[in-house]
Amino acid sequence: MSAMETVASPAISVQEQPGRNALSEPAMIRWLLTGVALLFLGFFLFLPLLAVFGQALEKGFSAYLAAIREPDCRAAIRLTLLVAAISVPLNLVFGVAAGWAVTKFRFPGKNLLVTLIDLPFSVSPIISGLIYVLVFGLQGWLGPWLYEHDIKIIFAVPGIILATIFVTFPFVARELIALMQAQGSDEEEAAMVLGANGFQIFWRVTFPNIRWGIIYGVILCNARAMGEFGAVSVVSGHIRGMTNTIPLHVEILYNEYNFAAAFAVASLLALLALATLAVKSLVEWKMRSPRPVRKPAQCAST
Amino acid sequence: MRIDLEKISKRFGDFHALNDISLNIPSGGLTALLGPSGSGKTTLLRVIAGLESPDSGRILFDGEDTTSSHVSERRVGFVFQHYALFRHMTVIENVAFGLRVRPRKDRPSKKEILERVNDLLHLLQLENFSDRYPAQLSGGQRQRVALARALAVEPQVMLLDEPFGALDAKIRLELRRWLRRLHDKINLTSIFVTHDQEEALEVADIVVITNEGRIEQVGTPEQVYESPANPFVMDFLGHVNLFRGRVHSGLAYLEGIELPAPEHHAAEDVPAVGYVRPHDLVLERKATGSGSIRATVERTQIVGSVVRVSLTINGNHEIIEAELSRDLFQKLALEKGERVYVRPRNVRVFADDDIQA
Ligand SMILES: Nc1ncnc2c1ncn2[C@@H]1O[C@H](COP(=O)(O)OP(=O)(O)OP(=O)(O)O)[C@@H](O)[C@H]1O
Ligand SMILES: [Mg+2]
Repeated sequence: MSAMETVASPAISVQEQPGRNALSEPAMIRWLLTGVALLFLGFFLFLPLLAVFGQALEKGFSAYLAAIREPDCRAAIRLTLLVAAISVPLNLVFGVAAGWAVTKFRFPGKNLLVTLIDLPFSVSPIISGLIYVLVFGLQGWLGPWLYEHDIKIIFAVPGIILATIFVTFPFVARELIALMQAQGSDEEEAAMVLGANGFQIFWRVTFPNIRWGIIYGVILCNARAMGEFGAVSVVSGHIRGMTNTIPLHVEILYNEYNFAAAFAVASLLALLALATLAVKSLVEWKMRSPRPVRKPAQCAST
Repeated sequence: MRIDLEKISKRFGDFHALNDISLNIPSGGLTALLGPSGSGKTTLLRVIAGLESPDSGRILFDGEDTTSSHVSERRVGFVFQHYALFRHMTVIENVAFGLRVRPRKDRPSKKEILERVNDLLHLLQLENFSDRYPAQLSGGQRQRVALARALAVEPQVMLLDEPFGALDAKIRLELRRWLRRLHDKINLTSIFVTHDQEEALEVADIVVITNEGRIEQVGTPEQVYESPANPFVMDFLGHVNLFRGRVHSGLAYLEGIELPAPEHHAAEDVPAVGYVRPHDLVLERKATGSGSIRATVERTQIVGSVVRVSLTINGNHEIIEAELSRDLFQKLALEKGERVYVRPRNVRVFADDDIQA
């Protein structure tokens, strides 16, 4: 908002000669560092990605399709989509609520809440899964009661969903808290003085300012929800066609030495990762641009 | 609309941001809240708007208690210190916002909204920027958008928090005169915050001087400037020179001169300080009676239409500053190191007890 933003930065590069700057390193060092970085990326990221698709298509495209069409695999895909479809919206709601609460209100325990939101990031996924086993498992606190009432959570779909929600809940909340704290509540106060009610303030003022942050958080949250292995593995029970998500299915196939099929299914996750990356960079670009990228709207039309 | 504040207090933690403030703001006036940084000006304005609720005390709008009514019900216009424009809306959308969020039964038709907004944009000379986003405007333009946005809902009270704070001196001057004209044209009750004493004295009908969460003085610009209630006000409203000495039964003895100080008729030889503005120090080549103090010229400096002369008195190292017209300066032909006689006029004498209070 400051007037400084619009001031063009002074052209300091006027007298700079290409390649001969007191601040730049000798060419050799630059090439060396860039080379090391690229080699590293290639070795650890690009090569494996290539290997995944190479292995997946090793026995031809029809074998690839067959591996994906196989009923157990289809069940795994369905379950993964279901888990994401439930956990992502829930975490979206939680994230917006947490962001709103932390940035717009003063209340006791606020710092604790912000710290706790990060917990799933700092805890090993195995522990995250075990927490649920301890609570809902047969030997756990609620286990006997659940058994009596014939409710299955552990080694069933609800457990997988719970574990996934736990592992993914920081993504939206963290992104929004950082963004909303940076923006402050000036615009909301201005809207309030102008007579807007809470709902109008959220939809017309807050939401447009955070929507790219929301999308950013959601795609990362979704990628993790679909790809989570550790926590889900603990609570799933690995029942084929029932409680297997895509990552778990990949592991089973791999352990059965069915490499082509394992990599075929894994390639779905790799594609998801690539799509996530693409959307992520698009959103990052949108968030960086100083104002909404759209044509000036006419007053009466909005 | 008339606004009365009764014994308003506001604390943040153990910090008293507002301390028992009582103030009556007459309808239709332009009131300036003037005070140093951190003296509670913004807090007071926010309390009036309802953005902050006081810990104790009452706020009355036209005699009606509004202390507990919500911000959105008070229908005040508020111009924020940093504008707080909606960054994802164009100028025209910003200005129309307050009308568009009204409940359907009070909301003007789209056509009426557009008309009213366009009138405002015209009034504030913003027609050419109506489709721009705030980031595409200069500081002065943003300022005017913030004003237009606040005016669009036709408030009866306008609260402006350092409306000209972020602008350069020339635009400041233009905008504050413009604000004065606008205020007179649309008959509002306005309160604006500033820490620029010149701004307050020039445009306001009433100046309220705040300090550390309290009100030091309320009065017309002339009253506060000519008869400051205490040394703080005197000091805050422009440069002053201090002459130390004593008062005794209505007479002040300062730096070897004797001055009448009738308000201290009961004082019995107490330490006191005389405050004199630079333009109230008359410089002469010869002493006139017992009212002159001998001084030495240390430095002369031409500042626009006046000349500032720095002086020391009898080996005292404290610098005294006098201001005189260029004509007079040329007539006196003062040089550095020369001897001169200083005759203070309009000395305000405060006993030391007043100063501590
Ligand atoms: N939300 C808050 N929490 C804690 N302290 C606050 C808060 N708001 C204001 N204060 C304190 O109250 C005092 C008065 O603040 P205020 O913003 O009213 O000052 P001001 O007169 O507007 O100053 P300035 O001229 O610098 O804007 C300051 O000391 C400030 O630190
Ligand atoms: Mg302030």
